[in-house]
Amino acid sequence: MKNIWILAEQDAGEVKAVSYELLTRGLALAEKSGRKLCAMIFGNNIAEEGLNELIARGAERVVAVEAPELEHFLIEPYSVCMLDLIDKYEPEIILAAATSTGRTLMPYVAMTANAGLTADCTELDIEEETGLLLQTRPAIGGNIMATIKCPEHRPQMSTIRPKSTPEAPRQEGRSGEIIRLKAPTEVNKSRVSYDGFEPETEEMNLQDAERVVVVGRGIKTQANIELARELADLLGAALGASREVIDRGWLSYPHQIGLSGKTVTPKLYIGIGVSGAIQHLAGMQTSECVIAINKDPEAQIFHVADFGIVGDLFEVLPILIEKLKRGEKIC
Amino acid sequence: MRIAVCVKQVPETKSVKMDPETRTVIRQGVQAIINPLDLYAIEAALVLKELYNAQITAISMGPPQAVTALKEAVAMGVDEAVLVSDRAFAGSDTWATSYILAGAIKQLGDFDLILCGERATDGDTGQVGPEMAAALDLPVISYVNHINELQDGKLKVSRLVESGTEKLSMQLPGVLTVVKEIGEPRLPTFRGKLKAKEIEFPSFDLETLKLDKSLIGLKGSPTRVVKIFRPEVVRNCELIKAETEAQTVEAVDAMLAFMEDKSA
Repeated sequence: MKNIWILAEQDAGEVKAVSYELLTRGLALAEKSGRKLCAMIFGNNIAEEGLNELIARGAERVVAVEAPELEHFLIEPYSVCMLDLIDKYEPEIILAAATSTGRTLMPYVAMTANAGLTADCTELDIEEETGLLLQTRPAIGGNIMATIKCPEHRPQMSTIRPKSTPEAPRQEGRSGEIIRLKAPTEVNKSRVSYDGFEPETEEMNLQDAERVVVVGRGIKTQANIELARELADLLGAALGASREVIDRGWLSYPHQIGLSGKTVTPKLYIGIGVSGAIQHLAGMQTSECVIAINKDPEAQIFHVADFGIVGDLFEVLPILIEKLKRGEKIC
Repeated sequence: MRIAVCVKQVPETKSVKMDPETRTVIRQGVQAIINPLDLYAIEAALVLKELYNAQITAISMGPPQAVTALKEAVAMGVDEAVLVSDRAFAGSDTWATSYILAGAIKQLGDFDLILCGERATDGDTGQVGPEMAAALDLPVISYVNHINELQDGKLKVSRLVESGTEKLSMQLPGVLTVVKEIGEPRLPTFRGKLKAKEIEFPSFDLETLKLDKSLIGLKGSPTRVVKIFRPEVVRNCELIKAETEAQTVEAVDAMLAFMEDKSA
């Protein structure tokens, strides 16, 4: 039986939470297609608890491939392992997260395996008549959704936008098979070597944040950004910005949201003085809940917002901050 | 040192239209620009040219109009350009595109480094860089935000990942996809513009590249677009005016109540 596989990711031997989002996707497909859900994971000394967790959250089989060379993501060793598993298990479908790892490994493997790959999907389904995977993704900066399938080539491969689905919950009493495999010997042939890592210390990761506060040109000066930062801190939100703010050098590029910056899908997006240029909307319009504060009632941002205040942000923010400080909390 | 930079001509995002019959992007009559994220790959190449006296070739696959994108690259300081164009290439997905581009790169021979932008702003896939690397059997490092130095045939770079920055070295030849932090793209120079006006560059078609016909175009593409649609706008914005102080206080209260209601 050809099954549905996810690529689970690990960091220092611990399974990353994004893997559980993939299990949610995989479970839905497994149920619809009557196939089994399996997980593959590559690393070195992967903790047993993590592998059990994958079982508890939906995988029937977990294959862990291990070698010192797999401790960190490197394109050649990882692709050797995935290709080896494709050879051994002939997966029908492989899902990976659209992370820096997934978005690099999946195309590299798809090319070699002559498989079809769809990037950054936000919806998946099984076509009833054919059993094929239907992959839906935003394109052209989110202006258009495209549904894509892969009729003949196998496996059918997709990367899935992180945070586009909840993590699969743990279900007590689930059982499954854990297989630990030694990596193929070719993993020692890597033309890229890992020399070290500098963690992001400065601020919260924009793409992982459940809430983001985003400043646009309406903030007027670099000094005023502190106002937005204060709001972000009070809400436990990450701070983002539109391109205009980045181009003026008021915040650094990792803060940029939009077509040429990051795509965020938080639970809550608050736009402050953001006009909503289409390039910016492309990076945020799939947020769950959007609030905008802008003095121009015609601002584009209001077209994609759930709640809007038409007013001067320099009047609104101090009151909002004051109320939050006084503990008129919303969570 | 020889560097290839892959660039794509994309439609200006604001003027995108789709053909509902073929379900592909209509490129005719739409203003085309060089993919903004490819400018960073060109910039990275130009920096290496200054440091290591590199020779840069820009490569673009697309319709004949894509020469404009190549001329723009030349105006910025790229030495040579090659257009990869054939009607038979139309309809290629990222797999087939990467196969064709890899064919063009092989034809040109012996590059030390191939640079790509992070992704194109039309397809938004970011797949062609890594796929092309695989097709060429070269290593790839994606999301590169800094190129540190070249030492004994090894290029030391930093790579932006979710939780920070990785330090990596790559034995050349290899492929890098770069992000915006690599450096602000320079403007075209006067001399560059003159050169771009006069430059003639080769165009590679199916016959030049001797590609397998079954692996290009729609036929060679593993994926099929089955449906395109406009995303549903489900948002219904509750707009509140805050002109006076009293209104502002009310608006903020309403906003906090809204957040609580949505448990956002």
